[in-house]
Parts: sequence; structure tokens; C-alpha cells
Amino acid sequence: MIPHGLKPLLLPAVLIAAFEIWTRVTNMQSDSLAPPSAIAAAMIEALSGGELWTATRDTLASTLAGLAIGSAIGLSLGIALGISNVFNRLMEVTIEAIRPIPSIALLPIALIALGFGYRMEIVIVAFACIWPMLILSRAAVGGIEPRLMEVARVLRLTPADRVRKIVIPAALPRIFVAFRLAASIALIVAVTCEIAINPIGLGASIMAAQQALRADLMLAYLIWIGAIGYLLNAGLLFAQASLFGRAALAGGTP
Amino acid sequence: MKHTDMLWRAASFAVAASFIGLWQLTANLKLVSPVFLPGPDKAWAALLRGFSTGDLSEKLLGTLEHMIYGWFAASIVGIALGAAIGSSKAMRDYVAPSLELLRPLPVSAIIPVAIALFGLSQGMALFVIAFGAVWPMLLATIHGFAAVEPRLYEVARTLHMSRLAVILKIALPSASPDILAGMRLSLTVALILSVVCEILAGLDGLGHWVLLSARAFRSADLFAGVILLGVVGYVTATAMSIAERHLLRWRTSGH
Repeated sequence: MIPHGLKPLLLPAVLIAAFEIWTRVTNMQSDSLAPPSAIAAAMIEALSGGELWTATRDTLASTLAGLAIGSAIGLSLGIALGISNVFNRLMEVTIEAIRPIPSIALLPIALIALGFGYRMEIVIVAFACIWPMLILSRAAVGGIEPRLMEVARVLRLTPADRVRKIVIPAALPRIFVAFRLAASIALIVAVTCEIAINPIGLGASIMAAQQALRADLMLAYLIWIGAIGYLLNAGLLFAQASLFGRAALAGGTP
Repeated sequence: MKHTDMLWRAASFAVAASFIGLWQLTANLKLVSPVFLPGPDKAWAALLRGFSTGDLSEKLLGTLEHMIYGWFAASIVGIALGAAIGSSKAMRDYVAPSLELLRPLPVSAIIPVAIALFGLSQGMALFVIAFGAVWPMLLATIHGFAAVEPRLYEVARTLHMSRLAVILKIALPSASPDILAGMRLSLTVALILSVVCEILAGLDGLGHWVLLSARAFRSADLFAGVILLGVVGYVTATAMSIAERHLLRWRTSGH
């Protein structure tokens, strides 16, 4: 019997070994695929060079800047909409009209308005991050225990104090879940921008590797991008668990 | 109650209209260069012109075609594979963790690999769209199958149902809310990837249209394309939720 902890590793290990053997046996020469050993070599080469790190920095900088701006806008709008029913109902049509626009469709507008570089990418990432943040924080604020809001009214808290002392602490676990979703979207959108148009970051590097017919390097970049996505997600999950414990998983009020 | 709802809706439309008015005013006063920001009147005119010459409707059909074909292929593969993995304990132990590992991968990173494999072709676009759209459905199906009420499986065993019958008669219906939610998410992914593929590979579609308009600084055409993409997103999402409500009616009607 295979020990339980090793079961998940079996499939990837078998696949990698089979692929390596297959490329060796058929003596494959390809512009699109490379044996795992060559990918590993390309990965080590890329990790010891500077280009991969510059590209990683560019991608992460745009991702995080866009995420910060987008979630700040989404969060403040979401809280305002969650607190004020009037505001929420008045904005309904406007939000329904803008939200379905795919963020990537804004790429050409951002391109002619801002040119290549960080700014256009940050704008698009921010646009994409606004929506999950807005929708989920609005729901989180709407789901706050009504008695807490009554307490706020009895204590005659000012609107600013009400947000700071009651709303944000009560809705924080669910807001963080929204932030985690926004973060994964931010990375996807950033990489997509770079692959489609913007000549910076990991997306541009993987396209360059493809155009240079370096399949090994291209796949190494693919794995690296996957690893960054995995680490970002794992880091935020860890933060969520250690900040909020079970409250975050329950998704309710503490 | 119904009456006040209508009033709120009307007020909400009025707010949206005043935003468009503000946009028109900004454009008329040239607060933002008209190269980047055409007024809504110009964008609307470009939209009508595009449809009357047939250019825009052709691009719209192209995008819808990429999106729907990719999404449809992904639905079949995702649900079938999800059913196979979700209905077997061994598959869940061995295969599901690898899939979870792949989930955070930004799907667009597969585009260069697809270009290397298929060239800048329709096949490449189809592969990328299907690959991207398959994840939400696959994971939702696995999750839905894992969450089936165990007593239903016991009933199936008592009735000596075959594995296929268990999947078709018990697991799929019981997992259908999860699966449909996954399909709705996939629709958005499919639209985004269609646009990206059209931009990259120059395939006939709205993505290509907005890129060409931007390159030629025809901002009214560009905005017309973006508005149309928003409409596509809205209509497909709405159609999906109507279908979802329709298909899931049996759950609330007490059968």
C-alpha cells in the first residue's frame, strides 16, 4: 500500500517520468515541448540570471499596485453601498452596466491613453479588482448582525466612527476572503496584459521565450508563473487562517 | 411594494443616465483629449455605423463563436472528467490534489504554449478558451460529487444501480447547482480569453476590432467595441442565470 501522504505526488511523478522517457526514446526535437530535464536546466539557468527576477518584480509590482488601488476603491464603494440602501439602489443600473465589461477589453483604451508600461497595466488590474471587492464587501456589510448597527445608533456614533468601529471589524473576515479572490484575479489580469500587449514582466518574458523557439525556457517560465500564483494564494490563505481562524471559514460575523 | 421597486429602478436608470450626461459634457468641453475619450454620441454613432455596414456584427459573431465553442467543449470535458474523478475515491486521492495545484496558475500563461503547439490559429484560440474555461467546471463538478448526501449512495447500492446509473440519476442532479455555478464562472473566463486570443492572433472578432481601432486612433469605434463586449458579457451572464433558475426549479418545487 502507498502511504496516504504520497498519493497526491504519485500522478505528477509518473507523468514527469513518462514524459522524460518518451522524449528520450523518440529523441524528440520540438519547438513547443521539451523534456523535464531540459526544463529544469532552463529553470536553473533563468533563476541564476537577472532577467527572470526583473520580470518577476515588474509583474508583482503591477499586480500589487493594481490590487491596492482596485481593492481600496471597491472596498470603499462596497461599504458605502452596504450601509446606505438608498445609495445602493440608485447605483444599481450603473454598476450592472459597467461590471460585465471584460477588463481585458479596456486594454486598447489604456494603451492609447497611457502607452506601454506599468501605468496601463495597473489601471486594468485595478479595474478588474474593483468588482469582486465591491460585490463581496457590500454583501459582507449587508450581512452584519443588525443589533450591532442598533448599538451604533444608540451610541450616536458618527458615520466615520460607525464604519471604523463597527462595520469594518464585523465584516473583516469576509472582506479578506474578497481580497484573496481579488489578488488571484489581479495576478491573472497582470500576466494576461503582458502576454497580450504590454512588453514588461513575466508575460512578456514567456512570449519572448516562445518567439525565440526556446520551448524549455518557455515551460520553465510557465512553471515559475504557476509557482508565483500558488505562493500568492497559499500566503493569503495562511494569513487568513492566522488572522481570523475559524471565523473566516464560517464567513459570518464574529 | 411592486410600485416602489419600479420607482427605485427608474431612479437608478436616471442616475446611470446622468453619468452618461456627465461623460457627454466631459467630451464636449474637451476636458479629456477626444483622441482617448469620444462622447457617448460618437460611440453610439460608431456602433450604429458598424452594424449598418455589417463590420461590427461580423466581429460580434466571431467573438460569440470562439466563446461558445470553447465554453461548450470545456463544459463537456469538465463535467465528464469531473464526474469520473468525483465518483471514485481513488481518483479523488490521486488526481484531485494535482488539479488543486494547477488551479492558481494564471490560465493566460498557457497561451504561449498553445501558440507553440498550434500556431496563431483558430485551433489555438479554441484550445486556450477551453483550457481556461474547464477549471471552474471541473473543480465544481468534483466538489459537487463529493458533497452528495451519502444516504443517496446507500439507496443506490440497495437498488443495485450501476455506476453509470448512479452518476446520471443521483450524483449529477445532486451536484447540478455546483456545476451550473461553475459553468457561469467559466462563461466569463471564456469571454476574456476569446478577446485575448483575438488580440494576439488577429482572429476575426471584437478583440481584434478594438485593437485595430486603438492602433488607428479611431476612439469612437474602440468604445463601440468595448460597449458591445460589455453587452456580450451582460447578455450571456443573464441568459446563464435564467437557464440556471429554470434548470434548478425542481429543487424548490418539492419533488
